[in-house]
Amino acid sequence: MSDVLVVGASAAGLATAESLRRRGFTGSIRLVGDEAHQPYDRPPLSKKVLSGAWAADQAALRAPDALAALDIDLVLGSKAVSVDVRKQEVVVSGGRRLPYGDLVIATGLAPRRLGAFDGLAGAHVLRTLDDVARLRGELLAAERLIVLGAGVLGCEIAATGRQLGLGVTVVDPAPVPMGAQVGPEIGALLAELHRANGVEVLTGTKAEAPVVTNGRITEVLTSAGLVTADVVVVAVGSTPATDWLEDSGLILDDGVVCDSRCRAADNVYAVGDVARWWHERQARSVRLENRTNATEQGLAVADNIMGADKPYVPVPYFWTDQYDVRMQVFGDLAGADTIRVLEGDPADRKFVAAAEAAGRVVGVVGWNSARGVRKARELITS
Amino acid sequence: MLLQVEIDEPRCVAAGHCVVAAPEVFDQRDDDGVVILLDANPPGDEHERVREAALLCPAAAILVRDRGGAP
Repeated sequence: MSDVLVVGASAAGLATAESLRRRGFTGSIRLVGDEAHQPYDRPPLSKKVLSGAWAADQAALRAPDALAALDIDLVLGSKAVSVDVRKQEVVVSGGRRLPYGDLVIATGLAPRRLGAFDGLAGAHVLRTLDDVARLRGELLAAERLIVLGAGVLGCEIAATGRQLGLGVTVVDPAPVPMGAQVGPEIGALLAELHRANGVEVLTGTKAEAPVVTNGRITEVLTSAGLVTADVVVVAVGSTPATDWLEDSGLILDDGVVCDSRCRAADNVYAVGDVARWWHERQARSVRLENRTNATEQGLAVADNIMGADKPYVPVPYFWTDQYDVRMQVFGDLAGADTIRVLEGDPADRKFVAAAEAAGRVVGVVGWNSARGVRKARELITS
Repeated sequence: MLLQVEIDEPRCVAAGHCVVAAPEVFDQRDDDGVVILLDANPPGDEHERVREAALLCPAAAILVRDRGGAP
């Protein structure tokens, strides 16, 4: 029996456990993860780990002594298969039953796969340390890379591929890269950035089918013709990892549905990429896939487990590093009707801009302007 | 209680969350936004904010060590 059972040992799960201790929680905490690795951070995978700038162990979220000091029962290599919320018990692979007082669901995402590419030699997804080791091994021996999907992950992998000296093609049916995150104007700037760095950016283009020669992908047939590649990365988004909750009675709707306290049911909370909660200030249900949310929501859930009864009302934040550009975004850009430059100049790849919808600032974005964008954040009206 | 704050600078991603959480202890460089540690041994009334900053850092770049005891 553990007083708090956290299922998912990545950023959000660990942040919850750590925040509980920081708040003085003295009960027992068990943290269960399906991977064998010590808890590690995912943002560096597509950048520093894939490029080789960092060894895999540098992605660790906490040093071994800091982790030990938390006094948590860390159960790794153990996948949750079901939960009985009435009996307050999770079952993990191998049949072991883990009773709990409070459950925190932090199982994150699973990469969306494209059936025609799944399991083919040369085809990859990138979510875990093991994924990145496999991909890096193949990239080092490759000359041409195709990235299917021009979201944040796909764009970062393309940039890292160029850094490794590969020829890179990005294929996405949408009109601009990262349009869902940053809208058409900033997306167009990103397309320009990738082209300036030698990437073939095939937006408005659909990947139709792989061409397989001697058991390996050698080309991809797209709506714009055949593209040659030694390696293909499928980066077409992710889905909340909720398979194990199908029969739980918890409400699942593109994530674990929670109230404004991130509570899915009595004694059950969800945090991080997997959680869809009611954002009181935005008056809608929200699910965020970003690193900062993993931590902030972990903090909020720890507070609520300890009785704070506080709504979780963050201003979303994400960043991405591509080539010599660090882009940082607060709030929402995608729903904006106007992008207004506040300082600097997009042509210099150094600027801060406000995203406005019906005259209200709904988000701010900075390119190579970390201080400026942090200050501009205050312009966002909620 | 003494608190020792250390920065693992190569990890910093310039999010600036630390500056928001504890502006007396952290700042950001003008050019690239990387953290500047203003006070490696902050006074007691900053400790909670510093610990919050370390928790919030999306790159786990802030290390906080208890040095224990009174100075």
